[in-house]
Formats: sequence, structure tokens, C-alpha cells
Amino acid sequence: MGQAEDLLAKGLADQRAALDGGDVSASALVDASLARIEATASLSAVVSTRPDAARAEAEAAAQRIAEGGARSVLDGVPILLKDNIVQAGEPATCASRILENFVSPYDATVTEKLQAAGAIIVGRANMDEFAMGSSTENTIYGAAHNPWDPTKACGGSSGGSAAAVAAGLVPVALGSDTGGSIRQPAGCCGVVGLKPTYGRVSRWGLVAFASSLDQIGPFGRSVADCAATLEVIAGYDERDSTSVPEDVPKWTAALDGEVAGLTIGLPEEYFVEEGVDPGVLARVREAIGELESAGAKTVPVSLPHTEHAIATYYVIATAEASSNLARFDGVRYGRRADRPEDLQDLYMRSRSEGFGPEVKRRILLGTYVLSAGYYDAYYGKAQRVRTLIRRDFDRAFASCDLIVTPTMPETAFGLGEKSDDPLSMYLSDVYTTSVNLAGLPGLSMPCGLSNGMPVGLQLIGKPLDEATILRVGDAFERLTDHHSLRPPEGA
Amino acid sequence: MSTIGPEDVAYVAQLARLALTEDEARAMARDLEQILGHVKSLDALDTEGVEPTAHGFELATPMRPDHPAEPIDPELAVSNAPAAQGTAFLVPKVLEEEG
Repeated sequence: MGQAEDLLAKGLADQRAALDGGDVSASALVDASLARIEATASLSAVVSTRPDAARAEAEAAAQRIAEGGARSVLDGVPILLKDNIVQAGEPATCASRILENFVSPYDATVTEKLQAAGAIIVGRANMDEFAMGSSTENTIYGAAHNPWDPTKACGGSSGGSAAAVAAGLVPVALGSDTGGSIRQPAGCCGVVGLKPTYGRVSRWGLVAFASSLDQIGPFGRSVADCAATLEVIAGYDERDSTSVPEDVPKWTAALDGEVAGLTIGLPEEYFVEEGVDPGVLARVREAIGELESAGAKTVPVSLPHTEHAIATYYVIATAEASSNLARFDGVRYGRRADRPEDLQDLYMRSRSEGFGPEVKRRILLGTYVLSAGYYDAYYGKAQRVRTLIRRDFDRAFASCDLIVTPTMPETAFGLGEKSDDPLSMYLSDVYTTSVNLAGLPGLSMPCGLSNGMPVGLQLIGKPLDEATILRVGDAFERLTDHHSLRPPEGA
Repeated sequence: MSTIGPEDVAYVAQLARLALTEDEARAMARDLEQILGHVKSLDALDTEGVEPTAHGFELATPMRPDHPAEPIDPELAVSNAPAAQGTAFLVPKVLEEEG
């Protein structure tokens, strides 16, 4: 133990050095990860593990590495998938009763790529049911707890992935982001989370929530680790016609620590005092000050439709969800009601028994906004406002290279605090949803604490320009040591 | 855009193939009313002549070579079915037998 467990809490470069140098074997590292997952079961960060398969894969990796044939930076490194990313022969429940007994017949593209790179998938991370939520409380496995303070939520919907990385269960985990579901939990748990440009990573094998917004991305303890993981999982995939046919840049090579000459846009709409934790604003302003003193310039920009992003998002996302979730009908897979009277009864009861309240709420909302008589007023309107939100960013990016904002208006909220008030839960995504609506890359990284809880700094890039936000994020880590802050022991 | 009552929720629930109890329908009506009240703020925006956006990233339809590939094994395809016979999904009878 000891050495492998310590190593788990470090970055990929340290793991690579220890594995390749023969200080620690892939088997020891995977064992340490499985032991940490078991020891931290009360966090409810991980919903299932595959110990036998992971150990066998680790042995094969250990042999490759011993022969000097490590396949990639991730070879022999334990990793977690969010429970909505499929792996052949493994469960994928989306934290829903309706998929309780589902076993995937195929691999997601990202799963194939991770395995080809030698990464060892040790298990699956907790989430809000079908990725619908901002707290990882809507889950059949019980709410995930924030490693910084177990009375607080982890954010969501990829809260399990964020908590697992924060608590040192794995160095890297994958999540998905539809309206902030990677960045917001990364902010809440004090880790780095990256939502790539829409289409950068194949969605093949990601259980669909809102297809025009969903994107898979990595969590890590440093920007460099997210960049390295993105290099493994990104790329055009003919099985996802919305994946972008562009080469995968070598993002890690662009991390040179330089910010001089870059212009950072600061949107006035994201720096309002009202409803924002003063500690959050203070940390974000300090972070901007650090980047300025390293040579970056700042300019004020305006994203005037920001206040309409949540309304637009909840119309579009629920409309797409109501259509995507129609496939869960009790016939081909998933839960089926006992003794159905007829086909209608089979559909109605299988779905009603299988979906939780938030999923039902969103299906109903989505069905309503698409229904006859309301389609233009709600869905058509929201799609037009989506255009206005996109134009806001086009205009802003004419005068800056990237945009910096808080990831969320406050630090992690208490478990149960917002669960009775859907609208207030939705509003916690106020700074993240626009980025999905516009299809842009966004990064959240730790920039200090407010009242003992992590504050997230959001970096938003131009389409396909992950390079700039990764470079600036990495430079910020070289200027400060916020990313090395860890949750208090025993929390 | 009118106020949403439990009967509107019941109608939409039927479209979505969800069965709700009366209590659930009442609670959903209240939630939808509140959420759609917030959505109403979009009415203040002039979107005359603005093209709708369906995707965040505009792409031309990608083309790929049309080559044959192995489909999923039918037995594997039905392996998750709650009720199957051979490689067919079983559902309750939808047509009455003749005679």
C-alpha cells in the first residue's frame, strides 16, 4: 500500500514516471484504486466496480510496461467512467431504475480509445439520473457527498466523477456535460473539468440526454492531465455524424506557461454582485489579477443574452430529452412492468415505475414545449434565442482570445438544500449553459476557497480552440498552487 | 400561454406515456407553471427574422465510404430484452385473433 495510494493522488506525469521506472506496478496502482473506492464508499462516488477484469488488464499492462512498451500516458492508470458511458459486458444504469439490469452489448468510442491506450477502467461513477440535475442527488444509489464537506453536494450531474478525482480514488475520470455537468461539479469539488467543443469527442455510446448539447470530457487534478486525456479520447468518428472531422492537436505540447499577448474577455453580465457569493467573486478577480501580472491583457466584453440562457436551455434540453427518452419503453431493454394488460399499459407502467421524479418532470416539460399549439411559442422561440446567444459569443471573441468567468455563483450547496425547488436548482447552472448552447469549449479549474469550499474559475474558448484555454489554465497552475489543495483528511 | 392545470399535465403525460397519480399531476402542474413562468422571459426578446439554431457547431453532412460491416449479433441485440423469444422481442398482443 502506501506508495501506490500516495501516487493515486498525484498527476499522470508522476504515475507515468513511477510505472515506467518500475517503482510501482500497474497492478499495485489498480489495487490501491479499488481499495480507496471501497474505503470511501460513504461518499457514494462510485456505483460499480469491475475488480477481476481490471486486475487482469492491469497485469497485462504491467507486462507491457516492464518490456518498455507503454502504449500511452494512460497505460496502466486506473480511470472511472460516468455511468452513462457504455462498456461492453458492463452495466450502464444512468443511475436510473429503468436501466437497473442493463448490460451494454457494445463499447462507447471513448471506451475503445481508453482501452486501446491501456487505461484500466476500474468502475463507474455516480450521477444524476440520465444526467438531469446539478447535485448528484437524483440517483438510485443515494446522493454523492462532497469530499470537502460530506454535508455538501458534489454538484452534478457528473458529481461522482468529480468527487472520485478530488478524493484520490483515480487520477482521471470521464463525465458528460450538457449544461454544465462537468464544469459545475469540477468547481464544487476543486478539480479540473473540461467540456470540449461540441463534436470534438464522439458521443457514440454516451446515453443521449440532449443530443445537440451533450459532450464527453475529462476530469483531472491538473489542466495538463485533462489535456493528455482529451488527446486520447478526441477525434472524428464515423459512428457519430456530429463529430467534427478535424485532426486532434497535440494539446499537451502547447502548454508552455505563456499568457503574454493574450487578451481575456470579462463579460460584465457574469460579474454582477447580486446573488453571487462575495468570496467567489473575490477569488475569480484575484485569479484574473494573476494572469494580468503574467502579461495577459483584459478587456470588458458583453454577453447581453446571458440572463436568457437558463430559459433557453431548459426548453431545448427537455425537448430533446423527451424525444431521446422515448426509447425506454419496456420492450427492447430496461425495466418492464409486470403483467401488462396491453401494449399501452406496458409503456405507461414501465416508464412510470422506471423514471424518477426529475426525469418525469423534464420529459413532461419537453413534451409540453413540443406539443401542438406550443411548439413555436416555446421551442421555436428558444432555438432563435440560441442564435442570439451564439452571436453574443461571436461578437465578444472579435476582441478577445478567451473569456474568463466564475464557474458558478456560489460554492457547493448543502445536500437537500435545493431538491424541493427545481427552478432554483436549474439556476445554479447560470454561468455554464450558454457555453453548451453555443457549442464552445469550457474549462473549470480551482482558484482558491471561499468559506473552506473550492471556487471554480471558468475559461471559455473559441470553437475548436481548446488549446488556448488549456494553455492559460496550465499557466495559472504555474502561477499559483490552488490546484494542489486537497480536501481535509477524513472529511 | 395559459396557466397549467392538472388536466394539461394529464394530457401531456398521456403523450409521453407516463402515468401520474393525482398528487403527482398537481405537483407537476405547479412545477411546470413555475418553470414556464421563467421561460416566458424569452417573450421580451425580438426574434423576428432570426434563424433558429439546431446545433452548436455548424457542419456539412459528412460523407463516408459505403462499405459493408458486421451488424450486431441478433442474440446480443436481444440480450437485454425483458421478454424475448429467439431473436424477437415479445410484446403483449396488439391484434385480436380472427374467428
